[in-house]
Amino acid sequence: MIKIPLSYSFRNLVTRRLTTTLTASGMALVVFVFASVMMLAEGLRKTLITTGSYDNAVVIRKGTVSEVMSGVEKNQALLIETQPEIALGEDGSPLLTKEVVVIISLNKRKDDQPSNVVIRGVGDKSLSLRPQVKLVQGRMPKPGSAEIIAGSSIAQRFKGGGIGETLSFGAREWTVTGIFDAGNTGFSSEIWGDADLLMQAFRRPVYSSMTFKLRDSSEFAELKQRIENDPRLTLELKRETKYYEEQSAMMAKFLRILGISLTIIFSIGAVIGAMITMYAAVAGRTPEIGAMRALGFGRRNILFAFLAEALLLGAIGGCVGLFFASFMQLLTISTLNFQTFSELAFTFTLTGEIAAESLIFSLLMGFAGGVLPAFRAARMNIVDALRSS
Amino acid sequence: MLSSPLVAIRNLNKSYSRGSQIIQVLSDINLDIREGEFLALMGPSGSGKSTLLNLIAGIDKPDSGSVNIGSIDITTLSETDLAHWRANHVGFIFQFYNLIPVLTAFENVELPLLLTSLSRKERREHAEAALRAVNLEDRMEHYPSQLSGGQQQRVAIARAVVTDPAILVADEPTGDLDKVSATDILELMRRLNYELGKTIIMVTHDPRAAEKARIVKHLEKGIMNEH
Repeated sequence: MIKIPLSYSFRNLVTRRLTTTLTASGMALVVFVFASVMMLAEGLRKTLITTGSYDNAVVIRKGTVSEVMSGVEKNQALLIETQPEIALGEDGSPLLTKEVVVIISLNKRKDDQPSNVVIRGVGDKSLSLRPQVKLVQGRMPKPGSAEIIAGSSIAQRFKGGGIGETLSFGAREWTVTGIFDAGNTGFSSEIWGDADLLMQAFRRPVYSSMTFKLRDSSEFAELKQRIENDPRLTLELKRETKYYEEQSAMMAKFLRILGISLTIIFSIGAVIGAMITMYAAVAGRTPEIGAMRALGFGRRNILFAFLAEALLLGAIGGCVGLFFASFMQLLTISTLNFQTFSELAFTFTLTGEIAAESLIFSLLMGFAGGVLPAFRAARMNIVDALRSS
Repeated sequence: MLSSPLVAIRNLNKSYSRGSQIIQVLSDINLDIREGEFLALMGPSGSGKSTLLNLIAGIDKPDSGSVNIGSIDITTLSETDLAHWRANHVGFIFQFYNLIPVLTAFENVELPLLLTSLSRKERREHAEAALRAVNLEDRMEHYPSQLSGGQQQRVAIARAVVTDPAILVADEPTGDLDKVSATDILELMRRLNYELGKTIIMVTHDPRAAEKARIVKHLEKGIMNEH
């Protein structure tokens, strides 16, 4: 059915350089917004997912979403520690850490504005359970001393977070002795210190969570069932990856809904722009439409030629929008995660899926803008079209 | 050279409605055109000559009557069949050339061949031959806007003959041309008729154009005048 060459549609777009540029720019803007918001949601999701390891399990209080709201009693912790499914470290002790998570407010370096930061009280196994966390500068805190290490994102963005600097919280002064990097994960936005000291400082009688490595990953379901059915334990067991994914769910959903709503509103404008351009194109080319029909091209050939032109317009807009959106990957955004009430730094992440969705979206805009004008072109009476020469 | 009628028109009627008013454009037209003829249709504006040409070319439908071309009554064809028929049997030459501005001369001439089953190579050969026949082989890569009016009409003629159609229809082919170019185009059409035996039906106002035709028919108020 595609008898009229694509070059006809393409060259017509090139010929009308100015209107093509303006119309495609409108579409590019919409695709840019669409792709950026999707990249933001994906960046958040990816950051939180990669924070966890599949072989690790997290224990939190039943019914809570995050460690901040959770509490694990010390006697409950003792019961968990004795579970046989927990992997053992080289020293023969369980690869398990009992952690406390507290949120404090720190001032940003940039504007001196306060923001929430996660302080994690960790144990000696915390680092080996999270191989992605690496000390990149300084040294680990001495056990029992008021020393802390800060995630790279904290060190950069918060006052007192740099190495050798001190932070004041829990009625004590804490010295930053090291900076750790956890790549593009949520840990990079945390401060770590000794769990026992932090519990004392914040007067916390309970742990927030426990994390351990499974001896055999396939034993997870069985262990989960046992722990969750034990009447002494009001606890819940989750894979670490799932735990962190759930933390991003609400925020990512919010971003997606916001992004889609915004782009739908913007896209109406872009579609109307494309429609006006395409109606003008049809009106301006009436005699040649008549000539092509006279030469034997059918209505469908004309319809496809004009639809192809509108789709090309959409594709140009889509590619340009995506091109500029891809530069957003260079930016790091920090925002408050609603589910943990703490700052989280993450980057815009462009995936193949987002690129494909953006291009499909731009093609849909092109189609929506071009379909009515294309039908008008296809429905033209040959004699009337030729007479308009 | 002359043989049985290629075009046989019988009792052809065509009217247009303008609001509540019905305007009779053609009344009971009967006309035979033999293969290899060069017929000029003349008449004042509004006499129905272009309408008659459109009906012969299959781009308009009559109210009643038949238009037999070869063995086919084209008034009975469906729109799709008619488009297919036009692609194979009719070459069009318009007053304003109606070339596609974004296609080169070569691509304009190749355009009707896209509706055939010819290969890319064959299409190239045919289009080049047609452009050679109108002496524009050195202008193949030019766009219409880079050609003079006369040259554009020659490209249009190449486009009209490239599929080797049974009939060439020309609506005021010299109407938009200066005197020299007009003479040039008419001479080209005469050669197509005399040397290649093409059947040409031409609508014209211009008596000098009509002189090139073998037969001249006059229409007045939708009625064929035999003189």
